[in-house]
Amino acid sequence: MALLRHTTGEIKERKALTVNPAKTCQPVGAMYAALGVKGCFPHSHGSQGCCAYHRSALTRHYKEPVIAGTSSFTEGSSVFGGQANLISAIDNIFTVYDPDVIAIHTTCLSETIGDDLLQISQKAKDDGKVPAGKHIVYASTPSYVGTHVTGYSNMVKGILKGFVKKTGVPTGKVNIIPGFCEPSDMAEMRRLANMMGIDIVMAPDTNGVLNGPLTGHYDMYPNAGAAPAEIATMGDSKASIGLGRWATTDAVNYLDAEFKVPGTILGLPIGLLATDRYVDALRKLAGVAVPESVNFERGQVVDVISDYSQYFYGKKVALAGDPDQLLALVEFCVTLGMIPAYTVTGTAGKYFDERMAELVKDVPYECKYKNGEQADMYLLHQWIKNDPVDLLIGNTYLKYIARDEDIPLIRHGFPILDRVGHQYFPSVGYSGAMRLMDKFLGAIMDRLDRDAPETRFELQL
Amino acid sequence: MSTKPTNVEEIKKELIAKMPTKVARKRAKAMTPGGEGGEIPEIQANVRTIPGIITQRGCTYAGCKGVVLGPSRDIVNLTHGPIGCGFYSWLTRRNQTDAGPDGENFIPYSFSTDMTEHDIVFGGMKKLAAAIQEAYDNFHPKAISVFSTCPVGLIGDDIHAVARQMQEKLGITVFANSCEGYKGVSQSAGHHIANNQIMKHVIGTNDTPVEGKFKVNMLGEYNIGGDAFEIERILEKCGFTLVATFSGNSTVEDFRVAHYADLNTVMCHRSLNYVAEMMETKFGIPWIKVNFIGAEASAKSLRRMAAYFEDQELMDRVEKVIAEELEIVKKVVDEIRPRTEGKTAMLFVGGSRAHHYQELFGELGMEILGAGYEFAHRDDYEGRHVLPTIKVDADSRNIEELDIEPDPERFKPRKTPEQLEALNAKGLDFKGYEGMMGMMKKDSMVIDDINHYETEKLIEMLKPDIFCAGIKEKYIIQKMGVPLKQLHNYDMGGPYAGFNGAINWYHDIDRMVNTKVWRLMKAPWQTDGPELEASYVAQ
Repeated sequence: MALLRHTTGEIKERKALTVNPAKTCQPVGAMYAALGVKGCFPHSHGSQGCCAYHRSALTRHYKEPVIAGTSSFTEGSSVFGGQANLISAIDNIFTVYDPDVIAIHTTCLSETIGDDLLQISQKAKDDGKVPAGKHIVYASTPSYVGTHVTGYSNMVKGILKGFVKKTGVPTGKVNIIPGFCEPSDMAEMRRLANMMGIDIVMAPDTNGVLNGPLTGHYDMYPNAGAAPAEIATMGDSKASIGLGRWATTDAVNYLDAEFKVPGTILGLPIGLLATDRYVDALRKLAGVAVPESVNFERGQVVDVISDYSQYFYGKKVALAGDPDQLLALVEFCVTLGMIPAYTVTGTAGKYFDERMAELVKDVPYECKYKNGEQADMYLLHQWIKNDPVDLLIGNTYLKYIARDEDIPLIRHGFPILDRVGHQYFPSVGYSGAMRLMDKFLGAIMDRLDRDAPETRFELQL
Repeated sequence: MSTKPTNVEEIKKELIAKMPTKVARKRAKAMTPGGEGGEIPEIQANVRTIPGIITQRGCTYAGCKGVVLGPSRDIVNLTHGPIGCGFYSWLTRRNQTDAGPDGENFIPYSFSTDMTEHDIVFGGMKKLAAAIQEAYDNFHPKAISVFSTCPVGLIGDDIHAVARQMQEKLGITVFANSCEGYKGVSQSAGHHIANNQIMKHVIGTNDTPVEGKFKVNMLGEYNIGGDAFEIERILEKCGFTLVATFSGNSTVEDFRVAHYADLNTVMCHRSLNYVAEMMETKFGIPWIKVNFIGAEASAKSLRRMAAYFEDQELMDRVEKVIAEELEIVKKVVDEIRPRTEGKTAMLFVGGSRAHHYQELFGELGMEILGAGYEFAHRDDYEGRHVLPTIKVDADSRNIEELDIEPDPERFKPRKTPEQLEALNAKGLDFKGYEGMMGMMKKDSMVIDDINHYETEKLIEMLKPDIFCAGIKEKYIIQKMGVPLKQLHNYDMGGPYAGFNGAINWYHDIDRMVNTKVWRLMKAPWQTDGPELEASYVAQ
């Protein structure tokens, strides 16, 4: 009994209907980014449902507390504007929950009626609703523009705008702005830089916030995240690296334009070659030699690729998710000799098609890919119906296709609602590459063991 | 063992002490003691949430699309708006369904018009019409239902006109719900809107009679974790014919013939009482409140349902089923209860569950320290007798009240007024719901729309052995070392309804309140002593 029983291989052009989206809306990304600031309380300026949905989605993904406030719009506020609600929210949040920072993002509702966060937060300050030493940062995140990745990008820029200053005294540090990825990934980006002896400032940083310990004590503001005082110094850093073209370009460019901190924009360092680029960029910007410990980890990755190449080679993969993640994953698949047969992302961008064309140009298969509107999991499934693949890579929603078509699924991206691990184990860096290969091989070899006839069942693989 | 709340007033003072004066004044009205065995105090409910205080509540869209219409499997539920709302309401409510090997089932799909800036600026009606057409071309459903999200109301898209036009064009049922998130003060407004639209567009649209002797509908049961499956099993075993469930494990085709039922039974009063009332007016079907959460409550509900039909054979069969089922239940309770007896619980969730689940805790000998709803109204707390005294405020006035008249051909009173009265005397309690507070002790707290701060304080003060709420609260409370049972999605457990459900519940609660995980929180070196020993050694 098929789960997605109405999906057939007959592809009819759609221009208006999205079915099973490979994206969600801006505010959830903004909320996630805000959680990566120490002592920060994310606030959703819209009706209650947005905040409830975003908190639920993030909580299900992390199995961790996710706090946020809402302006609780009613019909009245939708007609007369949300200023009164937001100012009262700011007052209540500082009084009752005492954060250091409130990070406000908008929604499609408050954007459609034209609420201006600059003006409202100024009024809150003028009215004395923002206690001394406390901060408000904000970002405009209309849900009808872009996706959750855009929202993340906008809030990251909003955070920097709220805190970064230039004293003129250089710190010699390198700014690292992670793309939309896991707390474990951010930790790994930091670990690699530390191994190279490079002093970095990372913002946002959700490590320790969304993968915290159980102690019997609840901390609304865990002792983790990018501290505002540290973010403030990013204007004095010698360079910035953005790890994710969609998620970090605006922030990196802002630091460049506003504070003359030169920026390098890379993809997410997933897989061997993308990690190489990250390490190489760090090395050059900081003027350091790459230590043997890093070379060793890299060598282990190459070793596994070589040892298991026969199992990777020629395996067809279908992927859905965010473009920064996908481009890196596709590159890694190609590195491993796999075929990234189908790729969809609901997040639009011309660069996606350009880079995909480049990545698959030597792949011996007519790879299909699509971004933006109607680039959804329904289309991906239809492609698979017409010519199946060996492996699926993407979020938990792909498990319906996985079961219907009997294809193993490697869970990656947002949201993962049915497995543990993404919070704790990275997929970036060399160690992340090891983990991905471990997962790919596990899935491929489990199939070999399951499907081999008794006469050809192998002890060794 | 937990500290018992001895003074509700003192706890209340503590809960609001830190709040700004205006907020404190408003919150104080939403906190009362229980009303067992005496006068039931008035509670403030169904009023606006104060901005910024971390509420559990969601929105009107969530109540309309997510709760009421989402669980029907053969309807294409199309969200008209930016992508988020359709995404977040995609498969997240665990509405199980059984479509058989080749029945229609659209529940695993999310359909959205994915409005972008262009649509917001120039209007989204054309895109909506095109999306309906594409949904039809791709999926050929019997019915399509459209749900508007916040910006749709603001830009003035006439979704009802588009629905009418597409219904005419496609020859299938197409209807729309103006359930913008900002309408009303919580999910509750969305329930009402969905009730109105299924009443207007679906119920009674098929006049092919339904066979069966004791025909009932089940209203406000959503088959989370298979609850409706268990209720279906019991009803069938007893000899009832279940015409339609609104809306767990349901189809639009069931809704169309729901007017052939002779009794409406209401599980979740908050979300589906409107349809019960309207069907009584239009078709003459009486309704009673039932509760299949709790083995004893299930037995009582079955007895009342059987009594309604005044058929000795049915009543005997129901008694036989109850005896059979309770025998198995009792064995499990007897085994588990010594481990749960005297433990304490709090329930702050939903619009009926915080009441219903007190039954199940009671069966385990557990004590309720506090309870409250997320989106219920005063009648769900104090009982339906307060309905005439509830002031209709601006937020409720926004929600259309349908003007329902008896159907000229199909109105058929199932019972005479005399029969109804006689049955009432036997405890049928037509159109009655006593609410939550009457069963709650005077030293327990009742709090409406509890917020994060109050939750944290309450747990600090009263240290319950288990707390019931939803996913947003779960890990916050568990970080404090208190197990949280989700009563929206059951932590992927269930069913908890009916007799088998009760057994599942006993096992799950036994596991949760007796878990040893909290003992692992401290490492050996985090307890006092070792350093001291070490220093002696050093000396």
